[in-house]
Amino acid sequence: MTAGAKAFSQLRLQGVSRRFGGHDALRDLDLTIEAGEFVALLGPSGCGKSTALNCLAGLLPLTAGSIWQDERRIDTLPPERRGFGMVFQNYALFPHMSVRANIAFGLRMRRLPKDEIRRRTDEAVRLVRLEDHAGKLPGQLSGGQQQRVAIARAVVLEPSLVLMDEPLSNLDAKLRLEMRTEIRRLHQSLGLTTVYVTHDQEEALSLADRLVVLREGRVQQIGAPEELHTRPANWHVADFMGYRNLWTMRVREAADGTVAVERDGLRLVGVPVGPVAPGDEVIVAVRPEDVRVDQGDATTNAVPAEIEVVEYQGRELAAEAVTAAGSRVHLRTDRRVAPGDPVTLSIDPQRLLVFPGDAAATRPADKAAAVVEEPGLVG
Amino acid sequence: MSVTTPTPAVESAGPPAPARAHWQHRLAERGVDRHLWLLTPALLFVVLLFLYPFFYGLGLSFQPTEGGPFSDYARFFGDAYQRDTIWTTLGLALPAALLNVVASVPIAYRMRGRFRGKRLVTILLVVPITLGTVLTAQGLLNFLGPTGWFNRVLTALHLTDEPIRLVHNYWGVFFSLVITGFPFAFLLVLSYLSGIDPTLERAAATLGAGWWQRFRMITLPLLMPGLATTFCLTFVLAFSVFPSAVLVGNPAGETRVISIAAYQAAYEQYDYPYASAIAMIMGLIELVVIAVVLFARTRFYTGSTGGKG
Ligand SMILES: Nc1ncnc2c1ncn2[C@@H]1O[C@H](COP(=O)(O)OP(=O)(O)O)[C@@H](O)[C@H]1O
Ligand SMILES: [Mg+2]
Repeated sequence: MTAGAKAFSQLRLQGVSRRFGGHDALRDLDLTIEAGEFVALLGPSGCGKSTALNCLAGLLPLTAGSIWQDERRIDTLPPERRGFGMVFQNYALFPHMSVRANIAFGLRMRRLPKDEIRRRTDEAVRLVRLEDHAGKLPGQLSGGQQQRVAIARAVVLEPSLVLMDEPLSNLDAKLRLEMRTEIRRLHQSLGLTTVYVTHDQEEALSLADRLVVLREGRVQQIGAPEELHTRPANWHVADFMGYRNLWTMRVREAADGTVAVERDGLRLVGVPVGPVAPGDEVIVAVRPEDVRVDQGDATTNAVPAEIEVVEYQGRELAAEAVTAAGSRVHLRTDRRVAPGDPVTLSIDPQRLLVFPGDAAATRPADKAAAVVEEPGLVG
Repeated sequence: MSVTTPTPAVESAGPPAPARAHWQHRLAERGVDRHLWLLTPALLFVVLLFLYPFFYGLGLSFQPTEGGPFSDYARFFGDAYQRDTIWTTLGLALPAALLNVVASVPIAYRMRGRFRGKRLVTILLVVPITLGTVLTAQGLLNFLGPTGWFNRVLTALHLTDEPIRLVHNYWGVFFSLVITGFPFAFLLVLSYLSGIDPTLERAAATLGAGWWQRFRMITLPLLMPGLATTFCLTFVLAFSVFPSAVLVGNPAGETRVISIAAYQAAYEQYDYPYASAIAMIMGLIELVVIAVVLFARTRFYTGSTGGKG
């Protein structure tokens, strides 16, 4: 099977919006997808990921905006004329057709010659390693096998774009990891262009070339995995990207490049992300793996605390500590700490991100927009 | 478990004998639930109201007033006037049931999603159920009769010179069967359709199938078993047609259906064994038709269709 990616060089979404009643499920999505890219739409449940994907597939009409495939406007085309492949969350395999017939369905719709249909179906069956199950009905397959049929059915047409809506969410943890690799492998070997929807940040980070983080129907940040991982654009993205420690604090001093924050006698120094001024209420975000259990050599950001809960996680321990003022700190360490141990925690100021606070929480829309517009944060 | 619980003697009696499962568990293994006795009232009801009359009638049909046990059956099939009621009834019930099912499909298909006013449309389509046969017949006589609106409009438009006869013949009964049978068929088809996962059609669309292909290759095959069941039910309803055959039909001629034959045997000739035999024949024909349809149904996919039920 050869690449279908040559069908276009760029897919542009301009101000794509979808309302349900008075509710904005998706608002002003601007996104340019290059041929061959793997883009993940990431966000919590209900943030509009499926809405965005369905708009792209043509299964939902837009309420505003447009979609362009190079210079051709496609948002008014019905789904059957867009030529995109789609993998649904519940697979949506045709229950009355065999695996082979499911995979051949799209080829039959194209009225291809019989022997070409047979050849390409065989090839796709082999590609997803279902040779032994080709004659079965979907109901006789396991979840992972059904998933592979769904993927084969979508890619056998060599679509210019493959859309996947949480394709792994119904699988168990081990299978999920295997299929993840499988999907990435297919994407590369077939030269596909893929838009992948998920609520799992780990999945998105590991699969995608570029991530689009959505919240309440709005884009929060677009960027490479690395970028989102180290420089979330606002505290909501940080929250979603695994910054489990989020503390509300107040700014004492803000010089360029560093900001000093304080609460209940605890003083910390970090890096501002977005505009902060002395006196502002801010959200301080730190990843558990960036909190170190100190050997007594820390000069800045040393926090005395007591270990409260310890979870065994293989080589490392995940622990929860409580500071003197009662703040909870999530941390990961390879030191054998035990509940009740007094420890001194320390955080590298470069890894302590200070986000504009409350205003963002109470007026998420405005704040998010303001942050997104900042240069350098949008990929 | 608390330590003070007295240990049952059995447990302390040395090496455990292979414990005999509790009788309830043994029954449960064979699919018998001890709460099954709760079904007794329903069973009693079925026996008294259905099985008893059925077997009473069956017995009666083999005790004709004269001749051997099968002579009433022989009499029915030997008499062309009686025998033809079978074809008359089938000629009404089969097309009416078929039309009901076939007409329900596109309407229910259009209505399967959610839209404003769906409830109102459904009510309008289903209202005839509440009318009953007699009221429907009355309406048909007024509407389609020689001086009814329908013919008056046709004459006013000079489309016909004389009224078209649509009542007191085959068509009157046929319309009546369609009006009373359609709501049943429609409601059943609608619920079967909503049992089909709408994502299947969306998936077909992304694979390049237009609406007709989606319907023919995805929805229709998944709907076929439901259509077969619906056909059986509306056929049975139509087959036992009696009031409309008398009221808007021609009960002495072209709409002399089998139930009229049975009625005449019972209440005009007071020949109960003969009436019972006719009723048995009626039931048998229904069974044959249903068996044929249900056999055809097994050729389709009848498993889960992933919808909401
Ligand atoms: N058909 C619909 N009718 C009304 N509201 C809808 C419909 N589909 C989605 N929504 C709403 O739009 C928002 C986004 O939904 P969706 O795109 O499915 O979220 P997710 O990110 O979980 O895929 C949700 O608040 C949801 O309630
Ligand atoms: Mg979704």
